[in-house]
Amino acid sequence: MTALQTLAAALATGAVEVVDLTHTLDPDFPVIVLPPEFGQCARFRMEEVSAYDHRGPSWKWHNISMSEHTGTHFDAPVHWITGRDRPNSAVDEIAPENFVGPVCVIDCSQGAAEDEDFELTPDIIAEWEGIHGRIPADSWVLMRTDWSKRRGAEYLNLREDGAHSPGPTPEAMRILVHDRHIRGFGTETVGTDAGQGMHYTPPFPAHHTLHGAGRYGLQCLAGLDRLPPTGAMLLAAPLKIRNGTGSPLRVLALVPGKDAT
Amino acid sequence: MNRLAYDDVVLAAPHSVPYIRYSNDPAHYWAAKGLKGTLDAAGLRPDQIDGFSVASFTLFPDSAVGLTQHLGLCPRWLDNIPMGGASGIVALRRAARAVQAGDADIVACVGADTNQIDSFRKLLTAFSRFAMDASYPYGAGGPNANFALITDRYMAEYGATREDFGHIAVAQRANALRNPDALMKTPLTLEQYIAARPVADPIALFDCVMPCAGAEAFLVMREDEAQRRGLPFARIDATIERHNAFPDDPVQLRGGWAMDVDQLWQMADCAPSDMDLVQTYDDYPVISVMQFEDLGFCAKGEGAAFLRARDLTITGDLPHNTNGGQLSAGQAGAAGGYIGLVEAIRQVTRTAGPTQVGDASRALVSGFGMINYDRGVCSAAAVLTGGAS
Amino acid sequence: MTDPLQPPPKKNPQVRSPLAHLPPVPRSRAALGLTARAAEGRFALQQCADCGAVQYPPRDACRVCLSTDLPWRDQPPMGALIAETTIRISPDLYFRDRMPWRMGTVRLASGVSVLCHLHGDVRKGPVRLILRLDRAGQGVIMALPEQEGPDMADDPQLRELGADPKHRRVLITDARAPTTRALVRALLDAGAATVFVGEAEPWRRWPGRDALAAMDRVEIVPLDLTDSASVREAAGTLGGKTDILINNAAFLRPGGLLERSDTVFAQQELEVNYLGLMRLAQGFGPMMHARGGDGVNSAAAWVNILSAHALAADPAHAGYSAASAAALSLTQSLRAEMRGGGVRVMTVLTGPPDDEWHAEIPPPKVAPRALARALVDGLQRGLEEVACGDVARDLVERWQRDAKVLERELAEGAGR
Repeated sequence: MTALQTLAAALATGAVEVVDLTHTLDPDFPVIVLPPEFGQCARFRMEEVSAYDHRGPSWKWHNISMSEHTGTHFDAPVHWITGRDRPNSAVDEIAPENFVGPVCVIDCSQGAAEDEDFELTPDIIAEWEGIHGRIPADSWVLMRTDWSKRRGAEYLNLREDGAHSPGPTPEAMRILVHDRHIRGFGTETVGTDAGQGMHYTPPFPAHHTLHGAGRYGLQCLAGLDRLPPTGAMLLAAPLKIRNGTGSPLRVLALVPGKDAT
Repeated sequence: MNRLAYDDVVLAAPHSVPYIRYSNDPAHYWAAKGLKGTLDAAGLRPDQIDGFSVASFTLFPDSAVGLTQHLGLCPRWLDNIPMGGASGIVALRRAARAVQAGDADIVACVGADTNQIDSFRKLLTAFSRFAMDASYPYGAGGPNANFALITDRYMAEYGATREDFGHIAVAQRANALRNPDALMKTPLTLEQYIAARPVADPIALFDCVMPCAGAEAFLVMREDEAQRRGLPFARIDATIERHNAFPDDPVQLRGGWAMDVDQLWQMADCAPSDMDLVQTYDDYPVISVMQFEDLGFCAKGEGAAFLRARDLTITGDLPHNTNGGQLSAGQAGAAGGYIGLVEAIRQVTRTAGPTQVGDASRALVSGFGMINYDRGVCSAAAVLTGGAS
Repeated sequence: MTDPLQPPPKKNPQVRSPLAHLPPVPRSRAALGLTARAAEGRFALQQCADCGAVQYPPRDACRVCLSTDLPWRDQPPMGALIAETTIRISPDLYFRDRMPWRMGTVRLASGVSVLCHLHGDVRKGPVRLILRLDRAGQGVIMALPEQEGPDMADDPQLRELGADPKHRRVLITDARAPTTRALVRALLDAGAATVFVGEAEPWRRWPGRDALAAMDRVEIVPLDLTDSASVREAAGTLGGKTDILINNAAFLRPGGLLERSDTVFAQQELEVNYLGLMRLAQGFGPMMHARGGDGVNSAAAWVNILSAHALAADPAHAGYSAASAAALSLTQSLRAEMRGGGVRVMTVLTGPPDDEWHAEIPPPKVAPRALARALVDGLQRGLEEVACGDVARDLVERWQRDAKVLERELAEGAGR
């Protein structure tokens, strides 16, 4: 059997399962909030064009609108100033093989439950590697915080001094990008950076480091608790938007089924 | 300059088309009935008249013009009189002068209206521009509300009472009982009048006319024409007409008659006391009272007392609105401006039948029309004398 | 003395809701001048420019000298009631529903007699006249007693000439707007039964929410004007009990047209200020339209708070001025459509509020409490147009006098 035939069989038997890591695109789903004098990330919006009625007798459809960075989404290198001169830095230029790949999941859920500003540090990476082995080059690394289970104002967790949500430290990002050469980094929060990420040096270290190195970001992922620490395959293909800096995603993961041996 | 006398111009062939409360037929039907009635009474064919005068609220979109083609008339003189309660006398005045000047030989004057379900409301809604703008939006009481205000003010100013107005209404009902075509057919007592359902205080049910469908008509011609045809006729002793009199009066307590009353009696060469009967325009009793005052029967403010002391029935000392008037016979739109005049022609020609006042030879007829905003704008009056055929 | 208006009983679900009949609508063009003055809350009549004679009813030529120059001039509102009646029978459906109805003749010192509605406390003698819009949106005159009395506004005939919040349920569309707190307070003070306050994006915390939520007779409800589904849901939930809708949502960012090379803010300005109004209208309009005759707490009014620069652009707020102009235009269409339901549409034109987006504009600015006071007063008087604050009043006046001159004046300092 070819590898794909084997995969097909595994999917058919349940030996490999498909997991959806995507939030529903919903007008009420939070987006990142910037100071009001800046242009803002558009919320997801949907306008009914017709619904089997006088506006279109046999069909129903909607016009939708949103930002490239609304909902569960992909960040391309061109999104950040550090990545603006990278080759193939816009979503339409990225080679498609980058959209399918292995994934490592670092479980920070307990820490994030205790500390809303929880940091992913080099120590935590080292600890994870101590158990699961060295993070392979060109793999996705996802930071699981179970933040996707938060609702309403708890999600952005905005206060007068800004948002409070977990994220990686600059050094952690340096290690992942420059030592481990990961393909990209993903989180369950609204950004790849911590809510207070602007106070690091450099500010927003995940964006800064990832995109400066031509790597990718995934944010607003959902249900990372359904992924094993290693061994899953991630499918995250952005829309092919010319010069796009990102794109809403339907993120899927292939994981070992319950009956997998 | 003195008014020119009407010399040998006369009125003849009075005809009333019996009224009905509601009619599905349009005004054209009623105008035709009225015209045919007066022509039949004179033994004339339609092509024998050369003048035609029409008053109607409900002819729209037609006017007298449309009626000529509709009815197959070919007049050389045509008039359309939009003056409501004054339209009969005004038609008479216009037609008489036309005949006198030779512009027409025989003029048929017709007042006719229909009354369909809801047509009264529609008429009120757009009765006049001022009414539409500044009267109807205030409770949409129509003329009831307008005359309530006038009555209220009149009572406050001159101490008249509802009993005084009831005296008029009760007498007219008694007269109406002798008119087989009157819509009201039951006697009315003063007690019933006082106890009636209020409509717009102090106006109550028996102060109001009943809108209906009907037509009234008569002919104007030279006396020799009437003689030649053997028609009983009435001579025109005097007429007056006035519009928008006393515009600065805060509330209307007098009408245009007061401006011209002296000329009326001077031209007629007689006095109020010479009248055998009086036909006032009676859409509400208060306006009848004003007509007696303004036409010289008594001083201003004394009308109620003057009338209270008189018997206004056909057999009384001052027969008034002998066929029941609009209050008891009905108000057929613009025909309401004809009803008193047509009855007066019958009276002075002694052809009134059951409502005939014994030896009537002289009558005063008065018209009043068009509550344009807060008051009636048109007023007119005529003194008629029966002529020997 | 007027009997105090009682809160309406709960609706009998087996009885059809009353239809919103309108008082007579047709008017001549001249009489629409009366309507226009009523919309502004003035008591004005035509007065001959040549001979000074006051005219009534409205007309096209002077009753004294035939001049056709008859400008509308404010008049002393005092007069004397000289005749009155209580109408008990009318063929008109609106009045038939409301019988008996008092009206009378008032004589003004200027020598005109005015047929008008009568307040229940009015007796023959001196009266004060007001010019108001009736339920058909047409200008009508009413006589009030010379002296204010307790509960005077509860007179049923007078209440028809306004949209008094007393016993009515109000929806304020944007809880976060700086005006909301003051509006809620003013409406509750005016006797509103309930004030619903719409909250968008509950996932963003904002100061003052807890205090607002803790107020008696106040309910915070989800409502996002930029989201059609949200407006539809809110209308589905609240549309049947929104008697007065106050749209105080606004989005603006300062800046001239050429300052930015994008339409991002302009789109948001249109989304909130213009399309938000359209969504609200499509969501709430039909249900309010259907409830215009529904008794003491019938649907009564729709209020849009707009920048006075809806009339003439402030080049320093180019996008916002344009969006406000769009909203003002839509308001006019909304007014035309809501009229059939007897629901008033009021525009409150404001000067610069004291907020972060007008920081560079010198005072005077409009304080939220002043806005709330003007708005509630406008509702009680049934106005269509309220200019709130000195700046707005000044702008409206200059606009009425010469729109082109105002445009040049507003252009000073732009484009340097």
